[in-house]
Amino acid sequence: MSFATKSPWVIHYDASSCNGCDIEVLAALCPGFDVERFGIINTGNPKHADIFLVTGSVNEQNIHTIKEIYNQMLEPKVVIACGVCACSAGVFHDCYNVIGGVDQAIPVDVYAPGCAVRPEAIIDAVVEALGILDKKAKALAAKKKGA
Amino acid sequence: MGMNIIYIILGTLAFAICAPVLGCLLAGVDRKISARMQGRVGPVLLQPYYDVRKLLGKENASVNATEGVYVTCALVFTLLAGGIFVSGGNLLMSVFVVALSALFFIMAAYSTRSPYAEIGAARETLQVMAYEPMVLFMAVGVYMALGSFNVATLTWAAAPIITDTWAIFVGFLFVLTIKLRKSPFDLSYSHHAHQELVKGITTEMSGSTLAKVEVMHWCENILFLGWVAMFFVWSNPLSWVLAIAVALAVYFLEIWIDNNFARVKWQLLLKSAWIVAIVLGGVNIAVLAYW
Repeated sequence: MSFATKSPWVIHYDASSCNGCDIEVLAALCPGFDVERFGIINTGNPKHADIFLVTGSVNEQNIHTIKEIYNQMLEPKVVIACGVCACSAGVFHDCYNVIGGVDQAIPVDVYAPGCAVRPEAIIDAVVEALGILDKKAKALAAKKKGA
Repeated sequence: MGMNIIYIILGTLAFAICAPVLGCLLAGVDRKISARMQGRVGPVLLQPYYDVRKLLGKENASVNATEGVYVTCALVFTLLAGGIFVSGGNLLMSVFVVALSALFFIMAAYSTRSPYAEIGAARETLQVMAYEPMVLFMAVGVYMALGSFNVATLTWAAAPIITDTWAIFVGFLFVLTIKLRKSPFDLSYSHHAHQELVKGITTEMSGSTLAKVEVMHWCENILFLGWVAMFFVWSNPLSWVLAIAVALAVYFLEIWIDNNFARVKWQLLLKSAWIVAIVLGGVNIAVLAYW
């Protein structure tokens, strides 16, 4: 496993979520579950982050913000859609301003469904994301070596 | 003079090899103890090493070409300041060179033109203003107690300088919290999760540049603990054990302070640091000068 998987720093963005999933995301990052055991740190800075956790659905207002945060993150990076709204817009799918799930704005690597998403499901999704992060890190290292 | 420069070069090389290793372990122990104080298990001891290795593997991107140069200079001057100190050189020079390193770090943040980094840099400047008087009083106090700025003089001193400079030592401990970037004085950049400034002075730094900042902090921490240990060294070789024990105890105290106090506003930071410097530093120097 590459070093990328041993220190995944997370950035969390609330895209028009009802706050249910956000509370669960923060619960997963708080002392109760103590994800810092695995080197996971909640950072507020996209330039320091490796994993992008998005809750809630994409709408006309926040699509630009989501794209901006994603673009500011450096490779290797992965995106996790947390909760059913982030996966597919959930109950808000036919709202006039809702575009859809997070994958309508940026490429999503892992989908963690649930309403609200359970902390265990989030941790499971992050573990799944680490495998993808590892592959991306190795591909980037090979590209750096070749260049 | 010629020999002095050779000592400094050798000291800098030794510091550049040893300080990152010791500083990394210290940072790992810090995170572990902090986690335990918060009722958590915490990361593995080598987590800071994994973090830096990960940062080195990230994509290279920077808002401009100068930021990385400034940060590299900051790291190099920290190593030089450490080299001057560990080779038994001039303490005042070590203090000035580490201040130059802080200046480069501030310039790196300002060069990015990011509002968050700029506020971080402004706060870092205030922190330098807050701790620098006490650090200079510390150097002056050491000179008056020792009769020399040369750190090597300690090894043939009849008594540890703490006996003459305990008030300065207490004052230095106060500003050490600022220099180690520990809460309640972590205004410009915090190691803890969320801060109102995104990540303050390091907001725009990423990948290998951020890795250099981390390594610089490790080396700084070792140098500052070296300054703490200096107060307890005299001609007795066993005093080194005492000095290291005191330095570790001081670091534990800093971790405890970090975990128990909320961040203060810059006004209180500046006022309290200057009052401490004037009262403890000034009185101690006056006593050394007139008695």
